[in-house]
Amino acid sequence: MSALLQAKDLKRHYEVHIPEGLFGRKASLKAVDGVSFSIEKGRTLGLVGESGCGKSTTAKLVLGLIPATAGTVEFAGTRVTARHDAQWRAMRRRMQMIYQDPLGALDRRLPVITQIAEPFEIHNPEMLAAERTERSALLMESVGLRPDMAMRYPHELSGGQRQRVVIARALALEPDLLVCDEPVSALDVSIQAQVLNLLDDLRERTGFAALFISHDLKVVRQMSDRVAVMYLGRIVESGLPEEVFRRPQHPYTKALVSAIPTPARRGKRERIVLEGDPPSPVDVPSGCSFHTRCPIAQASCRNEVPQLVTSGGHAVACHLVNAGAAPAAQAAE
Amino acid sequence: MVQYLLMKIFRALVTVTLIVSAAFVVLRLSGDPAIIILGPEAPPEAFEAFRRNWGLDQPIWVQYFKYFVAVAQGDLGNSMRDGRSALVVVGERIPLTLAITLPALFIKLAIGLPAGVVAALYRNTWVDRLIMMLSVAGFTVPSFVLGLVLAMIFAVWLGWLPSGGSDTWAHAVLPTVTMGLVGAAVIARFTRSAMLEVLGQPYIRTASAKGLLWRNVVRSHALPNAAIPTLTIIGFLVGSLVAGAVVVESVFSWPGVGRLLVNAVANRDLAVVQVILLLVGLTMVGANLAVDILYGIVDPRLRIKRLQAGS
Amino acid sequence: MTIDTTPGLEPASPAHASGSVFTSKSRMGAFFEAWPPLVLIALFWIGLIAVVVIGAKWIAPYDFMALDLRARLIPPVFMGGSWVHPLGTDELGRDVLSRLIVSIRISMVIAFLSTLIAAIVGVSLGFLAAYFRGRVEQVILMLIDAQAAMPFMIIALAVLAFLGSSLFLFTILMGFYGWERIARISRGLAISANERGYATAVRDLGATPIRIYARHILPNIASTLIVSLTLNFPEVILLESGLSFLGLGVQPPMTSLGNMVGYGRDYIQSAPWIMLAPSAAIVVTTLSISILGDWMRDKFDPTLD
Repeated sequence: MSALLQAKDLKRHYEVHIPEGLFGRKASLKAVDGVSFSIEKGRTLGLVGESGCGKSTTAKLVLGLIPATAGTVEFAGTRVTARHDAQWRAMRRRMQMIYQDPLGALDRRLPVITQIAEPFEIHNPEMLAAERTERSALLMESVGLRPDMAMRYPHELSGGQRQRVVIARALALEPDLLVCDEPVSALDVSIQAQVLNLLDDLRERTGFAALFISHDLKVVRQMSDRVAVMYLGRIVESGLPEEVFRRPQHPYTKALVSAIPTPARRGKRERIVLEGDPPSPVDVPSGCSFHTRCPIAQASCRNEVPQLVTSGGHAVACHLVNAGAAPAAQAAE
Repeated sequence: MVQYLLMKIFRALVTVTLIVSAAFVVLRLSGDPAIIILGPEAPPEAFEAFRRNWGLDQPIWVQYFKYFVAVAQGDLGNSMRDGRSALVVVGERIPLTLAITLPALFIKLAIGLPAGVVAALYRNTWVDRLIMMLSVAGFTVPSFVLGLVLAMIFAVWLGWLPSGGSDTWAHAVLPTVTMGLVGAAVIARFTRSAMLEVLGQPYIRTASAKGLLWRNVVRSHALPNAAIPTLTIIGFLVGSLVAGAVVVESVFSWPGVGRLLVNAVANRDLAVVQVILLLVGLTMVGANLAVDILYGIVDPRLRIKRLQAGS
Repeated sequence: MTIDTTPGLEPASPAHASGSVFTSKSRMGAFFEAWPPLVLIALFWIGLIAVVVIGAKWIAPYDFMALDLRARLIPPVFMGGSWVHPLGTDELGRDVLSRLIVSIRISMVIAFLSTLIAAIVGVSLGFLAAYFRGRVEQVILMLIDAQAAMPFMIIALAVLAFLGSSLFLFTILMGFYGWERIARISRGLAISANERGYATAVRDLGATPIRIYARHILPNIASTLIVSLTLNFPEVILLESGLSFLGLGVQPPMTSLGNMVGYGRDYIQSAPWIMLAPSAAIVVTTLSISILGDWMRDKFDPTLD
């Protein structure tokens, strides 16, 4: 089965001016630096990593919201470009996005039902107003909003309710792909689970594929069929969630996984604490970009960029793992 | 700093070009330039010479270029009314306009700046409200109404001052005062908001929290910083000296550039209008440039940049 | 630069919320308490003017051009005249009150249409600059700078000299007053709207730029625009009356407020009421609208200059 979405060697570099010396210097900020993945119809890929690792930029590249410096995105066999023309707009019908900040994503001057109905107005202008209203009401119901909330304004709703409005609007046209960029991180913890369950239910019902982005491993694990771990603009490890989170291979993933608080096994596992902050994406370390913080880095890690090597559906970009030194690394667990 | 200055000079040149171009376009829109510049009664051979001279048979961009050259050489045509060079006609009125506008500028600053500062320092007290009320009045009373009312009181009723003409210094009093009062309102309002903006800044709070006397805080921190935005409006006022004089000169029959402009417009003496247009444009651009350069001297942020660039 | 008129939202940044950190709450309260009576008077006057503008034909006691040579220069009722001509008559025996009513109508209609033109031109160019950015934006910004650098009075005079005056042309010309301020404001607001997310989100739904700007951004910035248009309005009245006073604006037999003052000044000694009536109308009207505009600005959008 061919993939619904295919991203190949995506890169997004920004020219930045660094105030340094007399005139400063130009440098290239490598937000995303060679990311490839594919998502099949109805499946979910979870993208996880620290803030600033390029997750959100990847989301924007996938949707063609910003142009890629290099690489391609294909959606259902069509190339996705960032030229906001009629074709691009028509494609929105099939690919939608959920934002981190639902209040920012909603127009504060319009009642929520009008905003949920907006995709119909845009893509089905011939649809009768009555039908539009009816379908919007159904959408509201399906995301768990009460009918009496229809005429409310975004600021009159809670954060979770606003995100439900955004979800309803995104799903109005039954898209094939939904990109969720940290959809619950702005919400109260108590609300997060509700919204995640709602997304899960809707996915089962309507069968959309999703790119699910979060810094929260638990959330990604719950939502994804496959996960990919990003570090400094690159994917360092990917595979099935159980594989990646139960038996992490890459030292970075191991550190991430060890940081998940697990009450049941408290004390049994040693927590790997990474030293220092992630390097600036302007000055990406040579070789393996993780070697500056890696507890098991060797001299060779400084020189050569590790490739993502797949074995049995589990891919890792680490010299040590791929050279068979992995058992030694795993022994540390 | 050098880059900043070059940038500003470039912008000024662009603006001048735009003004000259606008004059060219409007001139073309309004009909045959030969008739407009020379006047309809000029002899046919003059038309011929003019057309050849200005190359009116050539493509429009050549004409445009030649127009620029002519403007640069000061060849701006003759006044339709007395046939003299428009440049001379305008030039001889300039001293008269300056005779009332410069004292008026002094009045504007002498009243407007302190009034604005005081209003800001005593914000929301009766002093502030009184000053702002007068300032709003200065904004909303048109200068011709103020001028006529002053003329009615001091010339008609009291008979202290003449109501029109330019024979003695006494004739200059009413037009100068009228312009000064209206402009003072503008400056007071602007100075007040510049001061308020500065007084709201954290460094003022810090300075007064350090225990500095409020007087010293105002003198050494607030005033210099408020001066920077105030410079802009003063630059605009200097640049618009002629524009501001148009109405007032007409009210008091003061034979300056402003009144000349009104008469030229009424008589469609386009050569004269064009000269005044360019004159005002150049003064504006010059004043703005001067303000920008002063900015560079006054604003420490730009000064630091200059030092760095020089090191 | 956001407009928060809706309660219960995250507060605007403190630097913008008020001009000064020294303003205590009670002082602000006192300030607002001090203004409303004046605002009410201003509103009352504006309402009165609106009635006059709409009902000029029925309110005016005489035809504004009707001559009555036997009743020339009659003083108004409070200067020894009679109720036949409450504001007296002019040098041709025309009823000053009737002329005043017609003048108010013409001046207000010109100011209204001109402000409308300025709004349309300004908002369109501001939005174009915000949408295209890059070179288009640079060109528009240059035009804005050039317009702001020249006193509009001079530009207006030059255009009148070159193209002559007709009511139509004159109104259009006045419409170019203030467009650059509106353009600057709408550009700034549109850019910040694009950064705020709701506009981007609608774009991501597949909306056309026209839909984004007309349906979403314009309503969101409307309150700020309305305030700045309100502040533009009295300035257009002043400009129009100034030019008409000079005899270069509205031409007789038509009449406008400035035009009336211009002709009345010849009788400043013998019949000052001819000049004073329209002068007072100009001053009170512009004052009222300014008071209203300032009040609206303080209330709705303290960030506007």
